Amino acid sequence: MTNDKYLEDIKEIKSLMNKSTRFISLSGMSGIMAGVYALIGSVIGHFIIQNAYEKGYRDTVNTLFETPWAQNPSLQIIVVAAGVLLFSIVTAFIFTRSKARKHKQKVWTKQSIRLIGNFMAPLSIGAIFTLVLLQYNLLGLVAPAMLVFYGLACMNAAQFTLGTVKYLGLSCAILGLINTQFIGYGLYFWAAGFGLCHIIYGAVMYYKYDR
Amino acid sequence: MSLINKLNKAFDHRIRLGIMSVLVVNDHADFKELKELLDVTDGNLASHAKALEKESYIRVEKSFIGRKPNTKYIATDVGKLDFKKHIEALEKLIGG
Repeated sequence: MTNDKYLEDIKEIKSLMNKSTRFISLSGMSGIMAGVYALIGSVIGHFIIQNAYEKGYRDTVNTLFETPWAQNPSLQIIVVAAGVLLFSIVTAFIFTRSKARKHKQKVWTKQSIRLIGNFMAPLSIGAIFTLVLLQYNLLGLVAPAMLVFYGLACMNAAQFTLGTVKYLGLSCAILGLINTQFIGYGLYFWAAGFGLCHIIYGAVMYYKYDR
Repeated sequence: MSLINKLNKAFDHRIRLGIMSVLVVNDHADFKELKELLDVTDGNLASHAKALEKESYIRVEKSFIGRKPNTKYIATDVGKLDFKKHIEALEKLIGG
């Protein structure tokens, strides 16, 4: 028995603890792409708001489904946000599947299902809470609430995947809290959190784990 | 008592070490999962699991999922505690 054997044992223990709890095929590139989509979405959102100011359209949350599309900035923004979400999910799935194939791992494992469950639980609660904010027309709190709950969801899910996700979550949650003191600048905080943070942490994950 | 004596003989094998590593961080794991994670044969896994069960370090629950028999392994409190001590002893041996 030598030191090498003990070191080997410790390494083996750590590797198995990680492999059996964490889903490590999550792709960093998909984080970068999600950030890019969010930035594009923010720019479109900016133009929608600018256009609404110029033409004198008010926010139309209370008459979301009655107002015609062209005069309905609220509906336009919701559709853009949903588009960003949809593109991000599809991209994440495609990139993660190809990374898993490269490492000869499956995508649907106990680890990935646990990861999704622990991510979706706080996120779904946050989504319902955000809808309630819309219901009461508390529009200034919508972006902060999205950032805070998304951040908490990431922090909760991080223990089941690459550790970098925890810092992404923390950054988004803090940005959301700061945003509560700068109501009306939601779009900029939204772009910083969902755009820049995803690109930065996605790049960190890409360089640390993808290559 | 020397440091080496603090190492637990029950964990002095790659497969038993592996079984414990998985079970201390997961609520439970079934036979197939353990087999894939540790990359071992059925017979090997079964005999080493049996050895750990004899020491009361793990608990075995047998059930049926539909018609298929399912064997679930769970680490006991004693098992978790002794495994933690074993890791601490290993770390001290490397560090010291």
